[in-house]
Amino acid sequence: MGSRIVVGIADYKLANAPDTLVTYALGSCVGISLYDAQAKLGGLAHIMLPDSSLFATGATEGRMKFADTAIPDVLGALVKAGADRRRLTAKIAGGANMFRAQGALDADGVSHIGQKNVERVRSVLGSLGIPIVAAETGENYGRTLFVDLESGKMIVQSLGRSTKEV
Amino acid sequence: MISTYSDLGENHIDALREIGNIGAGNAASSLAVLLGEDVHIGVPQVRIEPYENVIRSLGGPEELGVAVLVDFLGEASGVVLFILSMQDANRILSIMAGTPDADEEALTDMKLSAIMEIGNILGSSYLGSVATLTGMQIRVDVPRVAIDMLGAILAEPIAAYGAGENQVMFIEESFSSARSDLHSHVILFTEMATLAEIMKRLGI
Repeated sequence: MGSRIVVGIADYKLANAPDTLVTYALGSCVGISLYDAQAKLGGLAHIMLPDSSLFATGATEGRMKFADTAIPDVLGALVKAGADRRRLTAKIAGGANMFRAQGALDADGVSHIGQKNVERVRSVLGSLGIPIVAAETGENYGRTLFVDLESGKMIVQSLGRSTKEV
Repeated sequence: MISTYSDLGENHIDALREIGNIGAGNAASSLAVLLGEDVHIGVPQVRIEPYENVIRSLGGPEELGVAVLVDFLGEASGVVLFILSMQDANRILSIMAGTPDADEEALTDMKLSAIMEIGNILGSSYLGSVATLTGMQIRVDVPRVAIDMLGAILAEPIAAYGAGENQVMFIEESFSSARSDLHSHVILFTEMATLAEIMKRLGI
């Protein structure tokens, strides 16, 4: 049995098989799992916002909050740990719009932070040339993610819904 | 001038605690009228903490909660959140509807809009008193509601108001009603610019 390694908000962790990476209760945040199936090595990041340039004064201390800075950092750390960049695949989940507004069913005027997070995660992964092999994003419910480093499978748990495995 | 949380001194924290006290006191009075029973508020807490601690202090990331979020804008911007358990949300609705049994079934759309309306009333009372105290013009947006894991619910306000630093400031209070044994939390998150403006208005 491997251990379960918890990834916090605006955080990332790397792990090898047989460990499992977990991040709890993603709402508008996005979880990004990068995995090298041959090395059975992976990383999981939990980002809050799309773009670090929104916060000019943020310096480097908050890089894990933002899609544009977190993903390259995780990639760099994985390569340093022995992953082959060309073998990496990504699975992403989260980016929900958690709140419903009265009389605003098309959600106009409410925050689209979840959607913007997903769009940015996709474009950053695209520009780094990492294929997205699974995505459980959007909708209006929270998700807890488990990434099994033995198989690379991502298990997505939500309240009152059946568990998904991708 | 306040530009980071570390600029907040004891006198600023006291002022925020007082804002929480008056705001939540007013909201509690509104809730007491809705429920027809006394509602007590705990001692307001002004906390500046890492993101995870906010969620942990309310029950943990995967705890099921009902939250009404009331955004405010104008001279002050931020959000007031009311958080309660599913059971208490159902119980409040039963009390207001005058039906004896609180059912545990999923909240229907009608119940959801009733909860949003409660949030609207409480949010307006809270923010109305903040506006009076500070002389700021504050507009209250339409309420929004979510029923899910607390971690997922709180992510958005934390991202919106805490992303500039590695922690987030919030004013938190707990409500309780003795007769029906109801408990809820009211939390205010706001922007740094609003904090600075509040202090300016209060002459601190």
